[in-house]
Amino acid sequence: MTFEPVSALEVSGVGFAYPRRQVLEDVSFRIPPGCFCVLLGINGAGKTTLFSLVTRLFLCRTGSIRIFGRDLARESHGALGDLGVVFQQPTLDLDLSALQNLKYHCALHGLRPGEMRPRIDAALAVAGLAERAKDKVRALSGGQRRRLELARALLHQPRLLLADEPTVGLDVHSRQAIIDQVRGICADRGVGVLWATHLVDEVQASDLVLLLHQGRLLYQGSAEGLLAETRTESVHAAFNRMTGAAEAA
Amino acid sequence: MTGWAYVRCLNGILAREGLRFLHQRERFFGALVRPLVWLFIFAAGFRSVLGVSIIPPYETYILYEEYIVPGLVAMILLFSGMQSSLSMVYDREMGSMRLLMVSPFPRWYLLLSKLIAGALVAVVQVYIFLAIAWFWGVQPPPLGVLLVFPALILSALMLGALGLFLSSVIKQLENFAGVMNFVIFPMFFASSALYPLWRIRDSSVLLYDICRFNPFTWAVELIRFALYAEVNWLALLGVSGALLVFLLAALYGYDPGRGMMRFKQGG
Repeated sequence: MTFEPVSALEVSGVGFAYPRRQVLEDVSFRIPPGCFCVLLGINGAGKTTLFSLVTRLFLCRTGSIRIFGRDLARESHGALGDLGVVFQQPTLDLDLSALQNLKYHCALHGLRPGEMRPRIDAALAVAGLAERAKDKVRALSGGQRRRLELARALLHQPRLLLADEPTVGLDVHSRQAIIDQVRGICADRGVGVLWATHLVDEVQASDLVLLLHQGRLLYQGSAEGLLAETRTESVHAAFNRMTGAAEAA
Repeated sequence: MTGWAYVRCLNGILAREGLRFLHQRERFFGALVRPLVWLFIFAAGFRSVLGVSIIPPYETYILYEEYIVPGLVAMILLFSGMQSSLSMVYDREMGSMRLLMVSPFPRWYLLLSKLIAGALVAVVQVYIFLAIAWFWGVQPPPLGVLLVFPALILSALMLGALGLFLSSVIKQLENFAGVMNFVIFPMFFASSALYPLWRIRDSSVLLYDICRFNPFTWAVELIRFALYAEVNWLALLGVSGALLVFLLAALYGYDPGRGMMRFKQGG
């Protein structure tokens, strides 16, 4: 008898429709703990809707979502406690300082004051914002704000991180710094990552790739497998071939 | 989640709302100037036009300034409740509402905490207004100033819950101007805030009935009696009932199965 390890995220048969528009159709995948998974799709593919379902902003009526084995619909408290989220839209309070924003997040996860302060200090140091802790977020650059959001998402030590196009609008250096940081967290702390993007150059060979197009999952597997399946030499070409074939069909 | 975790969550939300209030000085002065203009200018002008007969809780003839202070206090709570809902719509458009909603605490608890925070901020504004009114000669009994606190909290929660419900219905920030015209002004003017209801009955019985069943009237009367260390049980019942109805409507509005559906659709 073999025991299958519990998945960090398990999405089974999920569908979702806005009024007059089907956005997701029968989406199923699993992300093992500690795995860096790239959710690849053009704008409008359904990535943000999928994120809204996994974060329970929208109610999942079709299919089921489990985070470390906990059903999001029935055990949402425990499931959301294991989740760190960096949304596509900035969610920092611009009128509060970086420190106040982090404290607020700690409160929203019920952290004790004793454990809050060291974690905040460490998070600010990792984000390179220790000197700017008391500055209002409004005064920070776009890259600094994104680093702060990432630091905030990890404060309660989640085992699964969702990042919805977190590098959009950043310059090349800031973008690379964010990606490196998240990959480091994934490798060092064993945090599972679901990284949504439409930028194919953010995919690495070792990543698990989910290719979402027009609400359907066209491919799931390794990046290398994607190249082999499409007989292409780059993820970009593979992406184009798969989405082109789907549209032709 | 332990009970203390819930307390820490509430504290965090209170601290955030308090800091936002302190950082937005314009909002504070705006909230204070509005009732003061009514008290200093409007009341002075209408003092001789609008005579107020002896009606409970007053035991003697009073000046018009004294009559409208409870109404102006409720006005602060009304505008604060609407301001709070405006900020919810803003937070939703800007995305910071999402942060609140993905917290592992139950959604009803998060919304209730936000409501309590908004109510406390509003009550602070009320006490500053009452202090200024005191120097202007409107001096309710000191015991009443203390005893009005629970009435203020209850009324602020009721009006805040209404704002919360409206924020769940309003799709965009631009639509909020409609709230001013269709909610705030009718609620305020069709109430006992500026004139006793018997004066309205003299003009129109229908309008009188509308005013009588306006939850804002109940809030005004609850505050008016409490300011004079008395309880208006009917008003208390009305405000409590309205709070329950608005709160349930707001929780329904923010239910992930429907309210959040109104969020901007993304890819």
